[in-house]
Amino acid sequence: MSSTTPETNVEAGALPAAPDGGFALDVEEKSIGDAVRGWVGKLRTGDPGALPSVLGLVVLGIIFSQVSDRFLSALNLGNLPGQGAYIAVIALGLVFVLLLGEIDLSAGTAGGACAAFAAVGVFKGSLDDGLPGFLYWALVIGMVCAIALAVLLKTYAGAAVVAVGLVLILTNLTQHLVPALVAAICIGAAIGIFNGWLVAKVGIPSFVATLALFLAWQGVLQFALSGQPINTSNYDLWRDLTYGTLSVAQSWILTIVLVAGFIGYTVLRSVRSKAAGLAHESLNLVLARGGAVAAVAIVLTYLACRDRGTFAVKQGIPVPAAIAIVLMIACTILLTKTTWGRHLYATGGNAEAARRAGIDVVHMKVTAFAICSAFGALGGVMLASSQSSASLDLGSGNVLLFSVAAAVIGGTSLFGGRGRPRDAILGALVIAIIPNGLLLRPSLGAQWQSVITGVVLLIAAAVDAISRRRAARG
Amino acid sequence: MADPILQISRLNKSFGPVHVLKDVDLNIYPGEVTALVGDNGAGKSTIVKCIAGINNIDSGEIRFEGRPVTIADPRDATALGIEFVYQDLALADNLDITQNMFLGREISRYRSFLSDGEMERQARATLASLSVRTVSSVRQLVANLSGGQRQTVAIAKAVLWNSKVVFLDEPTAALGVAQTRQVLDLVRRLADQGRGVVLISHNMNDVMEVADRVAALYLGRVAAEVHTKDTTTTQIVELITSGRSGELGLAQTVASESI
Ligand SMILES: Nc1ncnc2c1ncn2[C@@H]1O[C@H](COP(=O)(O)OP(=O)(O)OP(=O)(O)O)[C@@H](O)[C@H]1O
Ligand SMILES: [Mg+2]
Repeated sequence: MSSTTPETNVEAGALPAAPDGGFALDVEEKSIGDAVRGWVGKLRTGDPGALPSVLGLVVLGIIFSQVSDRFLSALNLGNLPGQGAYIAVIALGLVFVLLLGEIDLSAGTAGGACAAFAAVGVFKGSLDDGLPGFLYWALVIGMVCAIALAVLLKTYAGAAVVAVGLVLILTNLTQHLVPALVAAICIGAAIGIFNGWLVAKVGIPSFVATLALFLAWQGVLQFALSGQPINTSNYDLWRDLTYGTLSVAQSWILTIVLVAGFIGYTVLRSVRSKAAGLAHESLNLVLARGGAVAAVAIVLTYLACRDRGTFAVKQGIPVPAAIAIVLMIACTILLTKTTWGRHLYATGGNAEAARRAGIDVVHMKVTAFAICSAFGALGGVMLASSQSSASLDLGSGNVLLFSVAAAVIGGTSLFGGRGRPRDAILGALVIAIIPNGLLLRPSLGAQWQSVITGVVLLIAAAVDAISRRRAARG
Repeated sequence: MADPILQISRLNKSFGPVHVLKDVDLNIYPGEVTALVGDNGAGKSTIVKCIAGINNIDSGEIRFEGRPVTIADPRDATALGIEFVYQDLALADNLDITQNMFLGREISRYRSFLSDGEMERQARATLASLSVRTVSSVRQLVANLSGGQRQTVAIAKAVLWNSKVVFLDEPTAALGVAQTRQVLDLVRRLADQGRGVVLISHNMNDVMEVADRVAALYLGRVAAEVHTKDTTTTQIVELITSGRSGELGLAQTVASESI
């Protein structure tokens, strides 16, 4: 359409003046009371949000504080992020795919393989020499194919990311740790593009396609390592991804930047919308909420910055917590504030409606899978960090299933259309707190972990099912 | 009389062995309401989906404002300025009213950051102009709306955009008396603003009231395209049920062989 004509009839003034309409709930200015009522209303219409997972955390916390008085110690709680971060990161990526009603069972083992490539790169000094000959070329050709596929499916950002990885590999910059880890994430994106192509274009159900690849990547990982695990704890940065802490100054800077960013953004939005005559949140509401967030953040940061070490000084926000929080915020912005995110929710809610609205559904799926596998790769890197080793079974076993469970416990639906990045973080905390609490009482064997995790997942699913059924009955 | 804004000629469409549309000719004029009538399964919705770029056509020509156009994708139809209310509504249940109305054409800043406030304002203005009284918030999820409310949202979505042609596939099927009245008035108003409007309906009273022309579809063929003022309800019903009515309609041979 020519750009001179207004896009909508409201702009064109082609609609008759409204006789004062209804919209009783759409108040011009949303007060604190309106916000609380809105929240309660949501609970009652079957959208419990974060409530079940937060309650679950509290209940588990109370139980474990009875199991051992060390549970609530600063040292123990400070270790929790490191124990759950890899699950949180993989679950964050899974949210994108779950929102589409798809699943990626291969995210864990694909991530393990990506981390193994990084480990080989830095440990052997060259991927070309370090990998079995055929595998190096398979990797290079695979990445080239992924770039071609991405361009074909109009996923240019994905193609660019993979191209970066390819350059890092071909120039052997992967002998240095940071480029190697970046390359691992880029390889993850390439794997995800391939997954997305299989699902969206070839038409294989994602459960089957990624189940097959779940198995395949395990083998690739073992080829990559040539049967020898690689110790990662010698690389300071890699170890710090799990065991490091921000310095006290860095901790406060991070907290202040995030909190000020949140308050600044919400205040600005309120003031701007008010000036433009749009519905907006009252300044009281914005400041009250911002104040609550600030208070929680400051208390947590203060606690994190006290010395919790036994032998040496240990203080500051754990690096894995910082990574998880920053990624969660980035994903939330991507999903709720951008057109791409809106289109992802629409595609998951009703793919046909999305298609009719002109959304390229194939492109959405390919990008979602690419993001998922890229997060899987980062998760694999963090898992290697927490195990201090790129082991031969990196990312296999229960890793992926725990990550799916984390997303679901947090409130993400397996049927698509419903879920938030926040879910992944809260769910991962629930998953991680169980072994953490149990290990404090060695007489409670590891077998309890599986049983309790399973029961918690069932309860979460039941709460979800019951609240929706009650909402449907009205 | 003005030239047609949308001309469809010799449109054919098959689903596998089933030949659903047979040499369909249809002209849509600006400023007029064209009613598309026909029995269940006659192919009305299929015509709509072919023009929307949802179903690709086997053969035939579509001309828009005199130019031949190809519509291979829903975006092509939108770019031409054609809006649709689908029979199955095609709304995403997990999104709210505003999000559905702007789906695929969100207002954004810095290329891709959503301007939710502005979209809400326009959604509210559009719904208000339809005299919608029962929707309490444009932030309500579509999943929680009644059938009629959902239909209203689908109509509002089509009305929101400053289009040149609007197709409404049974837009009043789920609506109550008052809301049906509103939609019929709206259909008339859209045409009076110079748009070409296509109304698909099984209700002959509505058709006779608001339509300027009627195209009767019989087993995938256009039996006749007539001016409403030159015809009677009885004739239209005959065209719908048997493909012919006196002088009007398909030749006897064609009508029977299509069966
Ligand atoms: N996707 C499809 N695949 C196969 N057949 C189809 C498909 N869509 C429509 N048809 C067939 O095409 C014919 C016309 O269907 P269409 O939906 O256009 O009818 P209609 O005139 O809109 O009917 P109604 O008044 O019931 O809405 C029907 O026989 C239907 O079975
Ligand atoms: Mg139909």
